[in-house]
Amino acid sequence: MVNMKRTPIGEQAPEKRITNFDEVCLGYTKEQMIEEANRCLQCKTRPCVDGCPVAIKIPEFIQYLRDNDFEAACKKIAEDSALPAVCGRVCPQETQCEERCVLAKKGDAVAIGKLERYVGDWTREHKFNLNDPVTPNGHKVAVIGSGPAGLTCAGDLAKLGYEITVFEALHKTGGVLVYGIPEFRLPNSVVEYEIDNLKKLGVKFETNVIVGRTVTIDQLMDEEGYEAVFVGSGAGLPMFMNIPGEDLNGVYSANEFLTRNNLMQAYDDNFDTPIRPGKSAAIVGGGNVAMDAARSAKRLGAKSYIVYRRSEKELPARAEEVHHAMEEGIEFHLLTNPVEILGDEKGWVRAIRCIRMELGEPDESGRRRPVPVKGSEYEIPVETVVIAIGTSPNPLISQTTPGLELNKWKAIVIDEETGKTTREGVYAGGDAVSGSATVILAMGAARKSAKAIDEYIKSKKK
Amino acid sequence: MYKILKKKMLGSQIVLMDIEAPRVAKASLPGQFVIVIMDEKGERIPLTVCDYDIKKGTVTIVFQTVGDTTRRMAGFREGDSFFAFTGPLGHPSDFVKEPLEEVKKKKFIFIGGGVGVAPVYPQVKWLKEHEVDVDVIMGARNKDLIILEDEMKKAAKDVYVCTDDGSYGFHGLVTDCLTDLVKNKGKSYDHAVIIGPMIMMKFAAKLTKELGIPTVVSLNTIMVDGTGMCGACRVNVGGAVKFACVDGPEFDGHAVDYDGAMRRMAMYKTEEGRKALRTTEGTTHKPEKGCGVQGAQIG
Repeated sequence: MVNMKRTPIGEQAPEKRITNFDEVCLGYTKEQMIEEANRCLQCKTRPCVDGCPVAIKIPEFIQYLRDNDFEAACKKIAEDSALPAVCGRVCPQETQCEERCVLAKKGDAVAIGKLERYVGDWTREHKFNLNDPVTPNGHKVAVIGSGPAGLTCAGDLAKLGYEITVFEALHKTGGVLVYGIPEFRLPNSVVEYEIDNLKKLGVKFETNVIVGRTVTIDQLMDEEGYEAVFVGSGAGLPMFMNIPGEDLNGVYSANEFLTRNNLMQAYDDNFDTPIRPGKSAAIVGGGNVAMDAARSAKRLGAKSYIVYRRSEKELPARAEEVHHAMEEGIEFHLLTNPVEILGDEKGWVRAIRCIRMELGEPDESGRRRPVPVKGSEYEIPVETVVIAIGTSPNPLISQTTPGLELNKWKAIVIDEETGKTTREGVYAGGDAVSGSATVILAMGAARKSAKAIDEYIKSKKK
Repeated sequence: MYKILKKKMLGSQIVLMDIEAPRVAKASLPGQFVIVIMDEKGERIPLTVCDYDIKKGTVTIVFQTVGDTTRRMAGFREGDSFFAFTGPLGHPSDFVKEPLEEVKKKKFIFIGGGVGVAPVYPQVKWLKEHEVDVDVIMGARNKDLIILEDEMKKAAKDVYVCTDDGSYGFHGLVTDCLTDLVKNKGKSYDHAVIIGPMIMMKFAAKLTKELGIPTVVSLNTIMVDGTGMCGACRVNVGGAVKFACVDGPEFDGHAVDYDGAMRRMAMYKTEEGRKALRTTEGTTHKPEKGCGVQGAQIG
């Protein structure tokens, strides 16, 4: 009889982890992993695979785990995903593969994400080399951005023999995996390992190059000999709410707050970049980024609140992050919307004024629209407000690349199947196209583009 | 790593450095800035571009030692390297993209305050190279803080130097000097570019408004990434929120909310001072100084 309960996994205790930035989830031990892998029913219909945006052959890799054939499990995942150690940690499995798991109908789904993570970590810890030797084909492709999309596209093309240079605007590679997602959720060492692997494949990385400013796509193609360009530059400019008080000192975009802390390591006194959450911080938003900011503020010593205008059911964050945040004592003000940020006489935040909401009729997104409850305003005294309500596309590349068509949200227009833009030889994928989405979707899009770029360059040769 | 090929003290607190950064040198235009990280643990700080040389592949930066980071940066020597150097950031000055005949019709007055003289220089030099004569007022608190005077005299038609304490040149503020030029010396201008401490830009822009001279100012606000990602540099211009890094750094000097910008500048004063105290015994960041001074900001 299959155990309907999922095998428990080791985690840092909440009261301990709020004092450090180390990873919360410790991962399965080998015994736990086998126990969990044995829960898989190996369904013939494989609904989990349909739930995966890149269709990882889930039952197969789980079967290899049961057989103790970890190398085969690595290779099986690698057929579809370049970043299992990352996706195992950050994918919203409960709305993808695990949601479709047959066991989920009567109990807990198989912990597919945790098993994937086990495979990714095993690959890293055993320095297992997945790459066959490559013969260079003499063609140069530029990849813009070293986040999930860029790394995936670079890896796929390098394996086909292309000479790849990845251009990164920041001083450190990894994109959102490094500047956005905190260490307690995704350790930098996991990302660094993936990047080192690409370097071994011959991929070159040029940091501190802002395409659109330091060099344009035209220059890369006309002067530097790149035959194709993949744009994986991510989602760009932070959105604000346009409520009074957003220019007060102590109001951050989530991008700024997380970048200071993750990329610039402001939490570490040995680093120069300052961060100052004060005694309490309100984070506006309900996505993963909001949870990351709230939990970071908590670890920096602040009492931390989430202010979200819909109910718990609509929180867009991964279930595990919401659960962890609640365990850590983050206070959730749900069905609550900020109306104003209040400052002291010196222009620093002293409180956030909110209004209670109730759910009305469904809106165009199909979710019930939150409606303000008259006269229900109240104040939460805070010294910091972090706005985590999303981003809009960065204009640096589109402004400087003639022929690149944008949609009404200023995102790059592509052909969904190939990532081809309206500019010949230029492909795009990930958040630069979709707006803020997930690592796995960026990766899936990048794989399509890599394939299309290969076909494009081959067809040119003829 | 980005090697320091030349280092020169322009005064007791102002440092000029030529940094080897071929890509940045090739792409730089007047009005743009760079972001520098001193070492692996350093902050990203926005700095003024004072000059660039495509052949040598160098970018010249100028900064004043006002905070912990800039003080430590000043300790780097020729042959040492900075950890990161990126740019150019922001839009070039408008005149770079305007038809040259239109630019030549304008009578420019450039006003640089303190280290703000450094970013004025490449603009004046560019115009000189395109046969546009301009006047320059450069002001500072005292003689020690007057920089690039010889270079500026080679590039500009007339250069007026003034000091707050009268230790050199015209005794008075840049605003006094401009008033003197317009009211007493018969000068007239139809375009002003003002770069310097926020408080100086506020009052100089107030004066040019009274004088009816369209004005551009360059804002060096708090920044982290400099590419539009963090929004720390947001500033209110004409009632709209702008990001200094991607929308600027140059804005209509008569539309900027200087008081709001100055308040945001103070955001990390105490925090940075706190970090500085751990490493030095010197005085911490002085709130009344370095406020908006180009090359003095912390990010």
